[in-house]
Amino acid sequence: MRREPLAQDAGGADQRRLLVSQLNSRQLLRGSELHGINQPAHLRAAELEGDELERYVHERVLTTSLDKAVAWARSNSFFPLAFGLACCAMEQFHAAGPRMDIARFGYEAFRASPRQADLIILAGRVSIKMAPIIRRLYDQMLEPKWAVSMGACCSSMGVFNNYALVPADKFLPIDVYVPGCPPRPEGLMHGILKLRKMVQDDPDLGWRERYQARGTEEILPEPHGGPPGAADIASPEGDTPEGDTPGA
Amino acid sequence: MPDATGLELIAQELRAAEGAGPQAATGSPVTDTIFFRGRGTLMIEPERVRAVLARLRERGYRFLCSVHGVDHHPHEPRLGVVYELLDMARVDRITVKVLLHGDEPEIDSVYPDGEDGPGWPTADHQEREVYDMFGVVFRGHPDLRRILMPEDYEGHPLRRDFPVGGEPVTFTFNERSASGTGA
Repeated sequence: MRREPLAQDAGGADQRRLLVSQLNSRQLLRGSELHGINQPAHLRAAELEGDELERYVHERVLTTSLDKAVAWARSNSFFPLAFGLACCAMEQFHAAGPRMDIARFGYEAFRASPRQADLIILAGRVSIKMAPIIRRLYDQMLEPKWAVSMGACCSSMGVFNNYALVPADKFLPIDVYVPGCPPRPEGLMHGILKLRKMVQDDPDLGWRERYQARGTEEILPEPHGGPPGAADIASPEGDTPEGDTPGA
Repeated sequence: MPDATGLELIAQELRAAEGAGPQAATGSPVTDTIFFRGRGTLMIEPERVRAVLARLRERGYRFLCSVHGVDHHPHEPRLGVVYELLDMARVDRITVKVLLHGDEPEIDSVYPDGEDGPGWPTADHQEREVYDMFGVVFRGHPDLRRILMPEDYEGHPLRRDFPVGGEPVTFTFNERSASGTGA
């Protein structure tokens, strides 16, 4: 994510006062020390000047508050994949129905395509034959993405603990397990709200950290000054369309 | 359902018809008749299954409802294939059962049309399922491959000596002994 500089000339007195007050209010709201700074934040910030102050604000205020805002927005509008495997799917539909009405929390947009979804609810038993298909759907989903294992079969294979099934966490990083056989719609809603809390409080507690999968993120091509390697991907402007000049 | 007498009559008819045919030297196709709880079953020789089903079709049993397998492990003959026939005009049913020796048994498929008459289209997927679950090979089936389990699955899971499988589940009382890999 590219962030514009907060102020071009940070030396102005008004500008500086504004930054410090922003910082102080932010620190008060957080109510705790930030990034290992033991001194009171306003004392520490007041000593900084110029570029240093701007960097300080950038690193501490804007990023954290923006990340929090993004996490808040994300967690209040999961796009679940319209995907059911067995009887749990009935309860999943019911959770989206008028009585339980999961739209109260903003999760009503069940998507038919994994490329538009960021939450997969494994509602039912997963057979060995189905597992690679589910994995493929999960891989096609947008990042960041989350997975909820709904019901006993998907979590621990339940009453179908036999030769044909595989537990979901054998092939998929699961964020929340919802117990039950099947779970009631309230149970599923509780699980998704747990996931919301997880995303809001610990946005870094995703599956990449838990599975030590850092560095496997998808590289997004940036038109200007992208990371090395991004230039290999065709840029949106199409400076060097590969189809036209294959030899270039 | 044919009653006990009717079942014996059908068996007699099959013995007379097949015993006089080109396979007369091999003897009667019907080895036994079982009448149990109002249900008539013909036990037949595996090699004669197509001929017997064709005869029964002439008698009016024109719909093959179901083909399924059975495993009598550890008894021998071990595996069996059961054909359920239905006469839709008289609403009459009869069961034809075949017992097969060995662990890799083979039997003629009743699905394709052959020189000995038309086949039974419903047997297509059901024979594939019996092959998948029990490992009975149906000779002459044009597309005999697994239907329920993955293509690369090893073994035939509904055999009685196949392990049930599954994952050991960790509860509070066995979390020390069964945690992680289990047991």
